[in-house]
Amino acid sequence: MNGNGAGYGDPGEPGEPGDGTAIAAYGIGKKYRRGWALRDCSFRLPAGRICGLVGPNGAGKTTLLGIAGNLLEPTTGTLRVFGEAPESEGANRRTAFLAQEKPLFRRFTVEETLRLGRELNPGWDQRAAEDIVRAGNVPMAARIGTLSGGQRTRVAFALAFGKRPDLLILDEPMSDLDPLVRHEMMGTLLAEATEHGTTVLMSTHMLSELENVCDYLVVIAEGGLRLAGEVDDLLESHALLTGAHVDGQLPANLAHHTVVETRTSGRQFTALVRPGPDGLDGGAWQAETPNLEELLLGYLRSPQAAPLLTPSARIDDVQAVAA
Amino acid sequence: MEFRIDRRSGIAAYQQIVQQTRQALRLGVLLPGDRLPTAKEVAETCAVNPNTTLKAYRELEREGLVEPRPGLGTFVLRSLARPQAAADGPLRGELDAWVTRAREAGLEREDVAALVASVLEERFTGTTVAAAQGEALDMRGQG
Repeated sequence: MNGNGAGYGDPGEPGEPGDGTAIAAYGIGKKYRRGWALRDCSFRLPAGRICGLVGPNGAGKTTLLGIAGNLLEPTTGTLRVFGEAPESEGANRRTAFLAQEKPLFRRFTVEETLRLGRELNPGWDQRAAEDIVRAGNVPMAARIGTLSGGQRTRVAFALAFGKRPDLLILDEPMSDLDPLVRHEMMGTLLAEATEHGTTVLMSTHMLSELENVCDYLVVIAEGGLRLAGEVDDLLESHALLTGAHVDGQLPANLAHHTVVETRTSGRQFTALVRPGPDGLDGGAWQAETPNLEELLLGYLRSPQAAPLLTPSARIDDVQAVAA
Repeated sequence: MEFRIDRRSGIAAYQQIVQQTRQALRLGVLLPGDRLPTAKEVAETCAVNPNTTLKAYRELEREGLVEPRPGLGTFVLRSLARPQAAADGPLRGELDAWVTRAREAGLEREDVAALVASVLEERFTGTTVAAAQGEALDMRGQG
């Protein structure tokens, strides 16, 4: 479970990340004065995954990350980080949280900031932290307040990675960066995670941050879980059907499948479905595997569609009782 | 060797890595014994998930083109370069002469391409079925 040194990026290592569990959520919910921000969320994030957390504004992403990062307590349910409560010393030591606003002391120099990290974290890796800072040509003697947004993000990353976390939680880490720095930081993030087998959970709005970067996905909308699982498996368990409808009547045998969303445009209809047990043959349509954007938009537009969790993302009842 | 991942091409990233490796093997950019970049290196330069790279390498391994050596990396087993297709080879010379004649005869670029494609279709039908099936499988896999 502890990925240190045994990362799947080691040359020649087989590609499967460890089968441990980084995060397990058992029916967690969070109620603020204005109402429920998160309701009855149960899912599992296997260790070693790079997971994107997606949802519209106000969907409960930051709340979920806050509960996993021990900044918030759930109103209902429990969450475990590597089997331990988020507030436990063990979970704290293994988790790094990078908040959206990337809080750093503006008067501190870069060097002092890293020293703070060293003093506060027993497993601190000074070299890793310095390497990340140096790769961006950030002067060690500069005060945080004088740095550009990209440089500050880099220092915040260095602080998070210097902790050598097994779980790195990032709340919209790249939103204030220009495309060049974003690409660079994403490269650094992936390379570090590859080398150390770090589990990454990051919320994002940007499809470009998800595609090719994340191999796991958790989608929430209106405080509820919509999708969770391996990106490839989620895509392959759906089909995008296109065909012609007759006077607004969709083909009757569409009912054999779980329909997520249907749209019509002129004589054409498109439907995002989860194919039924008999397969898609025999329909008057053309079937394709949706891309990530089509899948996400389909689910975000159709809050009534049943949620889908792949087997690795499911929390079974036995585990829930044990928790 | 460095991969170039085009996020707007509509081709899955792992497929792009497979194609670019094959191309490098054809052009002699990669030779037997060369080490492919590690998943970490590709992650760093292209911001691509390491599993994507490993998936591509597994496919190249299935094709017998590369071989993982535990603890060392993934190495090229055989080349796809063909001396007959080299820039100074006789086949290329004949083709060059033919294209020149076609142009003199008044054919446009697209006419020539269509003509070549139809002859390729005729001559290679028997041998490309397996490859086409392989590609169809890839298409399904890539989503």
